[in-house]
Amino acid sequence: MSSTPSVQLTPGGTPEPATPTSDHAELAGTTHDTIIIGSGPAGLTAAIYASRANLEPILIEGITEGGPTGGQLTLTTDVENFPGFAEGIMGPQLIQNMRDQAARFGTRFITEDVVEVDLESTPKILKTASGVTLSARSLIIATGAKPRRLEVPGEEEMWGGGVSACATCDGFFFRDKHVIVVGGGDSAMEEATFLTKFASKVTVIHRREQLRASVILQERAFKNDRIEFAFNATVAEIKGDGGLMTGVVLEDTVTGEQRELAADGLFLAIGHIPNTWLFEDVLETDDEGYLVVDEPATATNVPGVYACGDVMDHTYRQAVTAAGTGCRAAIDAERYLAGGGGVPAAAPAAEPQTATV
Amino acid sequence: MSAPSVSTQDWTSEVLESDKPVLVDFWAEWCGPCKMVSPIVEEIASENSEKLKVVKLNVDDNPDTAREYGIMSIPTLLVFKGGQPDKRIVGAKGKAALLSDLSDYLG
Repeated sequence: MSSTPSVQLTPGGTPEPATPTSDHAELAGTTHDTIIIGSGPAGLTAAIYASRANLEPILIEGITEGGPTGGQLTLTTDVENFPGFAEGIMGPQLIQNMRDQAARFGTRFITEDVVEVDLESTPKILKTASGVTLSARSLIIATGAKPRRLEVPGEEEMWGGGVSACATCDGFFFRDKHVIVVGGGDSAMEEATFLTKFASKVTVIHRREQLRASVILQERAFKNDRIEFAFNATVAEIKGDGGLMTGVVLEDTVTGEQRELAADGLFLAIGHIPNTWLFEDVLETDDEGYLVVDEPATATNVPGVYACGDVMDHTYRQAVTAAGTGCRAAIDAERYLAGGGGVPAAAPAAEPQTATV
Repeated sequence: MSAPSVSTQDWTSEVLESDKPVLVDFWAEWCGPCKMVSPIVEEIASENSEKLKVVKLNVDDNPDTAREYGIMSIPTLLVFKGGQPDKRIVGAKGKAALLSDLSDYLG
């Protein structure tokens, strides 16, 4: 059985097995300087800086709700635009390198989802899916974003039966088949190009007349014989049989006409939704749901809570910009702690004035 | 402890003819999320070895079996009971979520 050289990871490129999740109870007893939620380039860069500043950070790497541990880069292959890697680097390898670097300076990892937070208490409290309660003087939110879904009939039923948000994971199952990629941005072009390694035909469906993707990626896709385009079209329904996808109903955005298109798979590349549901009641968000920070700092509207990466950036959303904001968040948290932030008002340090000897 | 691998060859004896329910972890080397799920699955396996048998199937090496059960996305976990697929869990999930999905077999 041939595998696919281009996505074959080198032995060093395979992410380490996730840390066991059961022995974190001992971290529950103390108030930590800082806890980072999120394990993509933003969270890991924050961890590198925070651990080098002796903040002994804990990084919580979730898996269930917000996307895979390690973030969106773990679903990519070649990352060609991260500075310092002249020949490019595999996304999972880049994340593994960052994780190793953070671990080298003492970052401790908890592989679990956070299910509840109390940002307004001092210290800040968070609870994980297995019921461990952790507290910290400062919190860095790097929860990223997850793929947006179409929300059309058939999508839920055919999820995992042809409908996917991860071409690198699932492209393999569509050898010599016809697949659809929905979207017109960089991710859509990358996925479409990648999928031609397996599929006999890839149809890119985009709701506008022109692509949004960068010129280099557009050109690469236009030159590929196996890629076709359907512009001014949206997917109105996903059809299937017994949980396996058989095609879609397309709707022309200009004429409103509908037509059926047979296909075995559909890959979503229509953008992302920031993972903010844990914080929505307390933290300020913009019109599109991204956390609002006090640019150029990363402070949210709650003192001691910082945000970095795709959860607060709807403009750039690059690995390198995420890493950049992660660095800023760690430095902001460090300054907050150095200034005495996150300490309860009735701390012992305030008492000598009234104490009698 | 590592969950044993099964293949198309020993599929019938290891999975279909098992007395206990069998959870099959469909995975591949090139699937990042699979690598996150596998250690969690193995942890659940070692804590529940009385109730649930857990095995792994590499889809790259055994594409026919993956196709037979309509695997179009990995990671997928399929639980077999009495030789029939009984539950399908698609996508990466954490331990608490998986334990809840598998509660029928672990109860």
